[in-house]
Amino acid sequence: MLATITARLAQMVFVMFGISVLVFLIFFATPGSDPAARIAGRNAAPETVEQIRQEFGFDRALPVQYAIMMKRLFITRDLTSFVNRGQKVIPQVLDAVPATLSLVAGAAVLWVLGSLFVGVVAAAMRDTVVDRGLMILSLIGISMPVFWLGEVMNLMSQSRFHDTWLFSWVPGLGYVPLSESLGGWFKALVIPWITLAILYIGIYGRILRANLIEAYSEDYIRTARAKGLSPTRIMLRHALSTSLLPFVTMFGLDFGALVGGAALLTEVVFGLNGVGRLTFHALQNLDLPVILATVIYASFFVVAANAIVDMLYAVIDPRVRK
Amino acid sequence: MSVQIDNSQPAPLPLAAGTARGPWATAVRRLMRNRSAVASVLALLMVALLTLLAPLYASYLGVDPFRSNLRGTIEIAGEAVPVMQQSTSGLGLGVTPIGPTWSPGGYMLGADNQGRDVAARLLYGGRNSLYIATAATLICLVLATLIGLVAGFMGGVVDMVLSRILDVLWAFPVYLLAISLSIVLLTSTIDLGLFTITAGSLALPIFIIGIIYVPYVARPVRARVLTLRQSEFVLAAVGLGLPTHRILRRDILPNLMPTIIVFVPILLALAIVTESALSYLSIGVQPPDASWGTIIQDGQTLLYSRPIVALAPGIAIVITVLALNVLGDAVRDSLDPRGQVP
Repeated sequence: MLATITARLAQMVFVMFGISVLVFLIFFATPGSDPAARIAGRNAAPETVEQIRQEFGFDRALPVQYAIMMKRLFITRDLTSFVNRGQKVIPQVLDAVPATLSLVAGAAVLWVLGSLFVGVVAAAMRDTVVDRGLMILSLIGISMPVFWLGEVMNLMSQSRFHDTWLFSWVPGLGYVPLSESLGGWFKALVIPWITLAILYIGIYGRILRANLIEAYSEDYIRTARAKGLSPTRIMLRHALSTSLLPFVTMFGLDFGALVGGAALLTEVVFGLNGVGRLTFHALQNLDLPVILATVIYASFFVVAANAIVDMLYAVIDPRVRK
Repeated sequence: MSVQIDNSQPAPLPLAAGTARGPWATAVRRLMRNRSAVASVLALLMVALLTLLAPLYASYLGVDPFRSNLRGTIEIAGEAVPVMQQSTSGLGLGVTPIGPTWSPGGYMLGADNQGRDVAARLLYGGRNSLYIATAATLICLVLATLIGLVAGFMGGVVDMVLSRILDVLWAFPVYLLAISLSIVLLTSTIDLGLFTITAGSLALPIFIIGIIYVPYVARPVRARVLTLRQSEFVLAAVGLGLPTHRILRRDILPNLMPTIIVFVPILLALAIVTESALSYLSIGVQPPDASWGTIIQDGQTLLYSRPIVALAPGIAIVITVLALNVLGDAVRDSLDPRGQVP
């Protein structure tokens, strides 16, 4: 087991290194363009460009440039924006984390509960109208672009039906920190949570249904039936518990990916000041240092999260443990 | 020696005739029997046909989907009505684009911020969305198949290196990779010697979307090649000393096709959604070109006054992607009856 964990950690470090090299190549070594001018942003003075060239060592060898980039990202953490002059980038990214985490964590609770419901009910009522209806709804949920769904939600809750009993409680767009007000935080996030969760309820519900139906053709379910157990008990204790194992890995991957940037579109639509929206604004202003920092930090987070999930998996599943 | 024809032998059973059909014909037959699959193919053809007819709509109604028309008027019931209407509420400042009308002058879905016909833009934008998705899917499949084939068949160091590269790409969150690629590509003109990609070109989203999904296809392809490599008919071909390119072309590739084909509808759906997301973030299709994503972005400022501008392209995306997802399920089931959820 120790060997498994060590190997997984080594792989994690390797992938992080690979990603950082890839990002470095994309940002600083694309042929036919000057990285210093790109970092300086629009209409920069030649002195600024020259200063950046010195700071990032663009007149030196590529490995040195890479080392300088990594040092400024992780050790000295003094990367500054040139669009918002002198703004330190790393603290900005870290400040944006709570909003992203709040969004993703709440959506995760909703999508786990929602998909458990969809998967179990659809599998239990297989080939009935209920099953068909749930599966069609799931497919539609998967097929909607999340930012568009967010706009539809805004249209309903902020404008068209805002004055009805259904949506009169919805506050204006924006994030309310948890430390400021628990109720405000909750109200501001309910609609974004639902929006983000719908896609994943669709994906997970469909997979869970398929896994459950597959489990029902296994011998141990027949044995459980033969023992005279109730259908509910068979479903919840026998079929569901085995069908949930692949769920754990998927959940870890998706949770990590969402915190690490995939929630960007939801944050933009609902005006939540998370890491994604920070990246979005940097995109609009061509603020490269910010994008560099969010991309590296977020993808490192995703890689670490995946490694942790795999190691947890080794603890849960006796077959992997060996 | 003459062949004796035995007339007393019964005619071949229909069952035997059925099993003699090739795997492809069987798969197509199974697909044709699936009503939702046929319906989604029809829906996709409809969407494609409508977008191809975009110039017809624009020229028939005399609207230009790519030029702003802020001072224009259209004729409704014999009266000239401005496309951008003076606001009547509040201070009477600002203008609102005209809403959906059934006039001979166009503007079936109203106008956007620039006074352009939304319906015409929807059709032209659909062309770009479908074109980008198709081209990106092709690029992705070709790259993934090549990488999977080489890694799986060569094995050894080549496989090691390629697999590690795939690991890195796979672990890189897709939107972050797309953002990194597009921010750099959009701010510079890439000169690749033979051809130059300019910043606003449609080639950029195609290239970006084609690249980011490669590991999702290359990994299963490689796994399939690894099993095929150990199968008896390939071992026999290797043992006979047949050249590698012949084995790859005649033995491996045909058996790989089901694995690859299953990905076609899924990738198309993913590509359409990804393109719209990138365009919504203004790092995909660049103005004056349109795509479903850019129209949704155009409609965002009009969301509460003229919601149709943002709603219509979204509905188009949902219809197309839903059809592709349904088709994807059906194709998977028809190619692999054992993997089918009963």
